[in-house]
Amino acid sequence: MIQIEKLRKVYRARGREVTAVDGVDLTVPEGEIFGVLGRSGAGKSTLLRCVNLLERPDEGRVLIDGRDLLALRGAELRRARQGIGMIHQHFGLLGSRTVAGNVAFPLEVMGVPRAERRHRVAELLELVGLTEHARAHPARISGGQKQRVGIARALAGRPKVLLSDEATSALDPETTASILELLRDLNRRLGLTVLLITHEMDVVKRICDSAAVMRDGRFTESGPVTGLLARPGSELARGLFPLPPVTPRAGSTVVEVTFVGGVTDQPFVSALARKYSLDVNILGGAVETVGGGRVGRLQLELPGDPSANAAQLAFLRDAGLAVEVKTPITDTEASAADADTSAAEGGARGPERGSGADGADGADGADGADGADGAVAAGEEETR
Amino acid sequence: MTWDEVTPLLWPATRETLYMTGVATLFTAVLGLLFGVLLVITERGGLLPAPPANAVLGVVVNIGRSLPFLILMVAIIPFTRIVVGTSIGNAAAIVPLTVGAIPFYARLVEIAIREVDPGVVAAARAMGATRREIVGKVLLREARPGLVSGLTVTVIALIGYTAMAGTVGGGGLGNLAITYGYERFESKVMVATVVLLIVIVLLVQAVGDLVARRLTHK
Repeated sequence: MIQIEKLRKVYRARGREVTAVDGVDLTVPEGEIFGVLGRSGAGKSTLLRCVNLLERPDEGRVLIDGRDLLALRGAELRRARQGIGMIHQHFGLLGSRTVAGNVAFPLEVMGVPRAERRHRVAELLELVGLTEHARAHPARISGGQKQRVGIARALAGRPKVLLSDEATSALDPETTASILELLRDLNRRLGLTVLLITHEMDVVKRICDSAAVMRDGRFTESGPVTGLLARPGSELARGLFPLPPVTPRAGSTVVEVTFVGGVTDQPFVSALARKYSLDVNILGGAVETVGGGRVGRLQLELPGDPSANAAQLAFLRDAGLAVEVKTPITDTEASAADADTSAAEGGARGPERGSGADGADGADGADGADGADGAVAAGEEETR
Repeated sequence: MTWDEVTPLLWPATRETLYMTGVATLFTAVLGLLFGVLLVITERGGLLPAPPANAVLGVVVNIGRSLPFLILMVAIIPFTRIVVGTSIGNAAAIVPLTVGAIPFYARLVEIAIREVDPGVVAAARAMGATRREIVGKVLLREARPGLVSGLTVTVIALIGYTAMAGTVGGGGLGNLAITYGYERFESKVMVATVVLLIVIVLLVQAVGDLVARRLTHK
């Protein structure tokens, strides 16, 4: 279990202060996968590096299985780190060692005897499906294989906790999927608790039990993924199911309906149309499988002002749907709202422009742009 | 002088050059590595941050590199006398050779180590590696091709410096070229030493390239 309490990290450089992490609380129960989603510069990388004290937080507590890491120094801290696996965006493999040598490295650090090391390395390579590449050097294998080496290496010390720093951001979509599947599988088989940071919606959608959206060092929303998606105004839902911005016409009501889990099985649109003899217009929508359950958003247009549709809206809410009414707006407000929406969506999906606010996150800026563009393309495909 | 008279001069001089270069290389490699590593790890945000020590070390290295070798050799004669008991001869030449080459190699070591992916260092720290392990198993090991290339350049520079060893009564091919080839107008000696020096330098470079290539896994 990972518990983070009121964590703060401030960088000071040349008289300037940048608060990279600004009071984050976070609990990852044992065996869960928690994703922190945010742009580069949001502070998520710093947050992750504070968990194994690669960065020392200025305030707050970090507890791994109830043990306060900030109380540890020197050899004790190093031993605690051996029990926390970490995988990295750019893999962090030793180019001078073979695949097997890389996996053996943490075992050497732990002081595992040579014979046992060899045995354990073979076991780990089998676990990630790299047995036949044991003697290859990292330069000779693909990105996905490199990350598998990273994962095998992270698991060498049989950690209960795994930290993932943008582990799939340097990989293509297919490889990303296979690595995420591996992480999910290891999480289930080994009861591994995973804290991951990413800027890709897709990662959260595919494997996270819970998630948080991070911005300017803080969590703007946090909780179980399905719960977040059903919440009106959720940034996560907007990012995962980008619906086209609409301007309700006078005399009509536009509602955005989010449905999670079993609700999907009910034919609520036709039920609504039949019960109230309405012409329901579907403006847009997306359905996705998230965390094994179906989740979707629909944009519906009903005739009549929202005030005239009170019963209809109540019907939808009673059906267990999250309902958000788009308010009719005047022309001047409309353009402002449009700008607002695009800003929000850019926030959730787009790469950050300009320099990252915190130093530690700066490194993933360039790659961040690539990955985020991919996420946009995927999102648009789902909308069609 | 006939070629038959020239050749007996060449072998001892070659041996002296190789001796001075070899011993100086040995000390330079060890101390240059040490200072190079210290230059990297003592900087702010490094593995062993000590900015004042880092600044001092940087200045010392820069001073060492800015002195022309000929002047350095004469200037440190008192130090040489303390180390080897004499200020004249091949052994005495080794001291300034080493002192001159250490800062040179230290900078090359620093450059090679800075080329190591900081992500690998972070990964090693996350695994709970000690500083010693990070320096030995990550920084130095990952930088090996660069360290070898740097040492090759340093050895060749040292061969060049040995030509000036005659100034403090040392021998070697350089001294031979000056005393016979230049001062006595024996152009055969000059040609022979130049050819030998070229051959030695080419050999050193070839061996260095070979080793560096063997250590590179790309």
